[in-house]
Amino acid sequence: MELILSTLINGLSLGGIYAMIALGYTMVYGIAKMLNFAHGDIIMVGGYVIYVFMSFHNPLLAILMAVICCVILGIVIEKVAYKPLRGASPLAVLITAIGVSYLLQSLAQIIFGSANKMVTVYEFGAIKLWGVTIQVSALVTLAVTVVVMTILTLFIKYTRIGRAMVAVSEDKGAAQLMGINVNKIITITFAIGSALAALAGLFYLLKAPSISNTLGAMPGIKAFTAAVIGGIGSIPGAMLGGILLGVVECISYKITAIAPYTDAIEFSILIIILLVKPTGFLGKVRREKV
Amino acid sequence: MAEFILETKNLGISFGGLKAAQDVNIRIKKNQIYGLIGPNGAGKTTIFNLLTGVYKPTTGTFYLDGEELCGLGQEKINHKGIARTFQNIRLFNNMTVIRNVMVALHNQPEYKCSALQSIFRLPRHFKTEKAMQEKAKELLRIFDLEEEQGNLACNLPYGKQRKLEIARALATNPKLLLLDEPAAGMNPHETEDLVKTILFIRDHFDMTILLIEHDMKFVAGLCDQLTVLNFGTVLAEGDTKTALNDPEVIKAYIGG
Repeated sequence: MELILSTLINGLSLGGIYAMIALGYTMVYGIAKMLNFAHGDIIMVGGYVIYVFMSFHNPLLAILMAVICCVILGIVIEKVAYKPLRGASPLAVLITAIGVSYLLQSLAQIIFGSANKMVTVYEFGAIKLWGVTIQVSALVTLAVTVVVMTILTLFIKYTRIGRAMVAVSEDKGAAQLMGINVNKIITITFAIGSALAALAGLFYLLKAPSISNTLGAMPGIKAFTAAVIGGIGSIPGAMLGGILLGVVECISYKITAIAPYTDAIEFSILIIILLVKPTGFLGKVRREKV
Repeated sequence: MAEFILETKNLGISFGGLKAAQDVNIRIKKNQIYGLIGPNGAGKTTIFNLLTGVYKPTTGTFYLDGEELCGLGQEKINHKGIARTFQNIRLFNNMTVIRNVMVALHNQPEYKCSALQSIFRLPRHFKTEKAMQEKAKELLRIFDLEEEQGNLACNLPYGKQRKLEIARALATNPKLLLLDEPAAGMNPHETEDLVKTILFIRDHFDMTILLIEHDMKFVAGLCDQLTVLNFGTVLAEGDTKTALNDPEVIKAYIGG
């Protein structure tokens, strides 16, 4: 019983992190119709920014700076690397995104070296709940994730910008001709995605206080998997896929026999779901009228 | 106010060596219903794309109500007062009918509401939301679409989708409305209905309308003036009757 509860909480908190990263993938895909494979590396940049600003021993300052720097970086990447390719073939944009990803990783290696850096943002410790020892950082992660996702859902649903985003994801050209500034919407999308990635970077450091230039690679791939499982382009789908993947990962780690195969299990789930439902759980079915 | 709502001066565009439109001069007075006709591939939709900023002209320019709009971005031109519909319907398919219209209201300052006010659902949010809904319903009523407001746009029958597109374009509060083949695919009854609706729009909204159409009966019954295009150049222009009886025009349509 205790094991189930602690695994579930860890799973949900890890799932929350995946969901937050997956939102960046799925929103950018929905709006700009591109896969931003450099998204995972924004997490890593966020982590290094926190590392740098933790020299002032002020966690709040470090988190704020991480969010600001990642937002600026996300917007700059979009303007410099992706915007000139609007209208180019999706393959060209994809390869550019992979290029940006390697660029960020290599720059980080040049600046910070290849050895892992240690940084402790804040010691939350652990508490006992119903006789179960639980890391407070996992609870904080979970709580922040819930708040962020609620705000994001309300933002998309009720604000003018959010609704304009939905319109742009439906038909970019028509939206523009109805007076929606598509460039502004794309910029805002990248900004939101990058801010979420910065928070994901923070939560990774809370989980394990070590950072390297490939910190973002695996979570990036996992979150992308989560986004596809949930249905790429769908915001609730990204949340669902992220949570599902996080819980599966934590459960799998607890079962000794299959623990070494955890990554394989996660990606197998992707394959199976795509075989059964190619659009993912909540993806849109594009029906062609004949 | 300028003499003409829309005035194009030597408007033209080439794609590589192909001159898709050349030296097109159109002058439309306020409250006119103006037709742009011509055989397939004559460059009619190209003119619409130039007027809405989708294409940048290689030569010439155009003025809306005396203000030069040539070179502005698509959404800027829409804000200045040109709205359009599409030859192939392009609605926001997975949004409801009323939401399609409400999104088009966003460009108007009276419906502004900051993101924070909307997220926390402050009174201002409900006020603008209500105002937008009322305005949208008013527009839908004109097109007999009020009962459909909660349905997804993609589930509407074809004729209603065309109407919704016009309603959405009107919601952006234009001075000039561009209709690209509004009667395409409609049956005679629906077409008759559409004529009435377009006349109503002109009178009710004090609107100026430029439309592309192939249905000559529709054009003859609705348009005050015409420009006839062929191979990207102006073949004839003037009041509808004269233009339609121009021997050159008849030749272009029938061949010979």
